[in-house]
Amino acid sequence: MKMQFGIFTVGDVTTDPTTGTTPSEHERVKAMVAIALKAEEVGLDVFATGEHHNPPFVPSSPTTLLGYIAARTSRLVLSTSTTLITTNDPVKIAEDYAMLQHLADGRVDLMMGRGNTGPVYPWFGQDIRDGIPLAIENYALLHRLWREDVVDWKGRFRTPLQGFTSTPRPLDGLPPFVWHGSIRSPEIAEQAAYYGDGFFANNIFWPKEHFQRLIDLYRQRYAHYGHGTPEQAIVGLGGQVFMRARSQDAVREFRPYFDNAPVYGHGPSLEEFTAETPLTVGSPQQVIERTLSFRDTFGDYQRQLFLLDHAGLPLKTVLEQLDILGEEVVPVLRKEFAVGRPAEVPETPAHGRPTLEVSS
Amino acid sequence: MRIVAVTAGLTRPSSTRLLADRLAAAVAGRLEGAEVEVVELRELATEIAHAFVTGFPGRTLREALDAVASADGLIAVTPIFTASYSGLFKSFFDVLDPDALAGKPVLIAATGGTARHSLALEHALRPMFSYLRAIVVPTAVYAASEDWGTEDGLSERTDRAAEELAALVRDRKPASEPAFVPFAERLAALADE
Repeated sequence: MKMQFGIFTVGDVTTDPTTGTTPSEHERVKAMVAIALKAEEVGLDVFATGEHHNPPFVPSSPTTLLGYIAARTSRLVLSTSTTLITTNDPVKIAEDYAMLQHLADGRVDLMMGRGNTGPVYPWFGQDIRDGIPLAIENYALLHRLWREDVVDWKGRFRTPLQGFTSTPRPLDGLPPFVWHGSIRSPEIAEQAAYYGDGFFANNIFWPKEHFQRLIDLYRQRYAHYGHGTPEQAIVGLGGQVFMRARSQDAVREFRPYFDNAPVYGHGPSLEEFTAETPLTVGSPQQVIERTLSFRDTFGDYQRQLFLLDHAGLPLKTVLEQLDILGEEVVPVLRKEFAVGRPAEVPETPAHGRPTLEVSS
Repeated sequence: MRIVAVTAGLTRPSSTRLLADRLAAAVAGRLEGAEVEVVELRELATEIAHAFVTGFPGRTLREALDAVASADGLIAVTPIFTASYSGLFKSFFDVLDPDALAGKPVLIAATGGTARHSLALEHALRPMFSYLRAIVVPTAVYAASEDWGTEDGLSERTDRAAEELAALVRDRKPASEPAFVPFAERLAALADE
């Protein structure tokens, strides 16, 4: 059973702290495309884009970006990290991603998230205090729109639907596989388990013990709802790496980006942060060892995504990182993760390779 | 039974720490088999600042936060700076889980150079702990520099506050875990509205 490896991008426009250069939005959008194409070229399996609606982020329209990438790739699975289930109309998500599925010949899945930007809610006519109920109701509707040709529906957060058909229908009648991403909410782990969907722990800014609790809950509830054993639940993990052949070169080159990064810059030292979180800055061998250790914490899992292109790293450097990842890291990870992996641990469900649909 | 004393004193030796120790001893003396753990915020100052920036507590801070969350009773002592609790004291409770103190008996105390700041306990500390849904004992203990040189007043208030905290801790029922709501119930709740 194969594990998947890929990258996820936030799509931030950040000044390179070593040169003072800031890419334009146009350059950043094109860089995201170049990164996705490179991911396929070096043999990775997945490219996922974030969705944001405020500067300094550019990817507000994920299916436009992914549709363009779909046309220029042939093997790469296109995904999101995450699709805002709270503020997007579930009807439009159903349509947009079904359309993308057709264009990409099924190479599509997506990850639902609530987002963590408070002001985005009113921009789309919603109220942040309803975050969790919105995530629950909107996804329940989306789930039906992809599975029932004609939907009658009434809920709290949008106008009722009568005899509504979302078009196009999912490719071959098979809805795209869905992940649910969460940083802190057990409710979302429970939601993923209920539907037998995947659960993705971004695993990048927090200590692993935190995500271990969420994933353990998800696995246990996945089994509770009858989708399989806890070990058969579909788990994805994030990771964050910077590599050079010699680890001291990696540390020297990455440090100014770390020190000024929008998320954790001006806080703990690089050394403290790499000890506390899964961030790995070092040689390809160190990245391999660290990533393999995730299995000891979280069990055999299905998808590993790396964050490579943030904090102002120039495109050229990101493409070099992808070369190292594709040539030196992922081939070893594929081999090592396969060792001792029980046969009953499934792959990520994909188009034409669906997981069992169990109604609850 | 475990009593945790959080002290935000900055000097060594510190009168804030001294007050925390005296209160802890007075409380422990009234509770058979009670253990006392002291959390010195000075030692956690950098990690507390980092937690604001990164959004998660480092290992040592995490242990301190867990100790407070799982304590049967809490003693919280701060120096009074600029008419209120110190920034370090507030910052520690800012990174604590907002539910961690719900229903927990808490004794509040403070130190200062002059007794003129003693009502900061009532105007700053008590409302903060009320917000966190802690049960704050009626007697708050303030120790001004001059109190350390006299026999009356401070030790009497220390004993009274300790008795109040010990009584609450003795009667306290173990906190129950928040109920886990199965997904089907959440869905149904939305449909019912």
